[in-house]
Amino acid sequence: MIDRIIQTLVDALSVGGLYALTALGIGLIFGVMRLINFAHGELIMVTGYALLAAFALPLPLVLLFGFLAAIVLALVTERVAFRPLRNANPATLLISSFAVSFLLQKTLILFVDSRPKGIDFLPALGRQIEVVGVRLQILQLVIIAVSVVLLAALTWFLRATAVGLQMRAAAEDFRMARVLGVRANRVIAIAFALSGILAATVSCLVVAQTGIVQPRMGAQLVIIAFVGTVIGGLGSLTGAALGGFLVGAATILLQALLPPDLRVFREAFVFVAVTLVILFRPQGLIPARGLRERV
Amino acid sequence: MSKGDPLLRVSGVAVRYGPIAAVRDVDLTVGAGEIVAIVGPNGAGKTSLLSAIAGIERPAAGTIEFAGRSLAGVVLEDIVTRGIALVPEGRHIFASLTVQENLMLGATTRGDGDAVRADMDRFFGTFPILGRRRQQPAGQLSGGEQQQLAIARALLSRPRLLMLDEPSLGLAPMMVDQAYAVLRSIRGSGVAILLVEQNAERAFALADRALVMNGGVFVLGGTPAELGAHPDFDAAYFGIGMQSEQAGR
Repeated sequence: MIDRIIQTLVDALSVGGLYALTALGIGLIFGVMRLINFAHGELIMVTGYALLAAFALPLPLVLLFGFLAAIVLALVTERVAFRPLRNANPATLLISSFAVSFLLQKTLILFVDSRPKGIDFLPALGRQIEVVGVRLQILQLVIIAVSVVLLAALTWFLRATAVGLQMRAAAEDFRMARVLGVRANRVIAIAFALSGILAATVSCLVVAQTGIVQPRMGAQLVIIAFVGTVIGGLGSLTGAALGGFLVGAATILLQALLPPDLRVFREAFVFVAVTLVILFRPQGLIPARGLRERV
Repeated sequence: MSKGDPLLRVSGVAVRYGPIAAVRDVDLTVGAGEIVAIVGPNGAGKTSLLSAIAGIERPAAGTIEFAGRSLAGVVLEDIVTRGIALVPEGRHIFASLTVQENLMLGATTRGDGDAVRADMDRFFGTFPILGRRRQQPAGQLSGGEQQQLAIARALLSRPRLLMLDEPSLGLAPMMVDQAYAVLRSIRGSGVAILLVEQNAERAFALADRALVMNGGVFVLGGTPAELGAHPDFDAAYFGIGMQSEQAGR
């Protein structure tokens, strides 16, 4: 019994961590640009295919290739699709991000394949180890550790570095930040590069877990993570991380706690909870202070 | 006060929003260390003129020179590196960031960390309330303290020209005193001030020279004492029976 509980908690923590990292990538870009970047999913996707393409190389090179693919794609989409629309209204930006997302998915289907491809990535992490008498998958522990480390590193970056400070200022009042000499292009490019790093990390972990690379792998994650950023409070990074984590963890906990014949409806239960949060706290669980005061 | 070339020279500048001309063919000079006030009613074009100098709006006509160099085509974030700092209307402090972080952002373009800290400490010495609240979110400060912070933040770029847009707007009289205390504290330090105000009385108490703006042009100019005693001042300010235009050259 106790190992069932621990196993479920580890499941919830690891899935919650993946969604938290995805939601953070979306939240970072929303913060500086008021853009809900649905193409974030394609950053996850491109890393998956980069891992596949570089699979024969030594592991460090495979990882390097995977991360570079997401970072470069993030920077290119910013430059080509979003920078020309920087002063457009958020709806225009949103539609542009859908366009980028579809374009990248369909390009991949056209030139690579629409079918899922198997990849035996980091098979060593699939093994189980025994921790305090409970058998756990190494990969799940790695996912939890990586999520915590990345959250801490991002927090440190935003709190303790000059660029991080500029990014927080830009998220609150971009024009005033520019008046003070904060370089808009630089801050936005760094935010996109960071979202690429987050997406690549998520991708590596998901590919290791599922052993599959497919065109819609990122889009599926992003929709759930986006719901997380909304209930957490759009524009608040703490909120995004918390919201993403809660949505991911809730899915797993419901899977474990619901009676078997209701389990197929677990997403419905999650979205009922999400609807309730939005009804009673439309500003999200941890609202962004700057956004609130701008209204 | 100005000798030789002025620090700021605005010649024939116009600012338009679509078909509406907010500023029409305005000339203005500010000498090094000089304090110039522009007063006038709401919608006179004062903010638009500051926005053009600050690089927020691109002038539809005319030239702006600062320290002998044209500002044409200089992007917003480079204006501060030229030595111009702006305190916009409504203060625009970063409410979720601490007092100290707000000040650090004022020094974004400076590389001399130690001197920045020294400047900050000097400011906290002069305004100890802000010093005590340096780790608190700036949104928790009173309106007057926020205005002090906004001015201090602008000064941390070590500007040669400080531009302020309506520093007294929306503040209780005591808070306005706090804001103007900061401006008086930098008087004589060599920093020129271009001050836009609806509150002419406050502005005149500080300024070396003042201009009345209305309908996008300067309609009167002179020392505060001259303007205060000028028979046409009220008419110029309120735009009633204006005779002369372009009095501010």
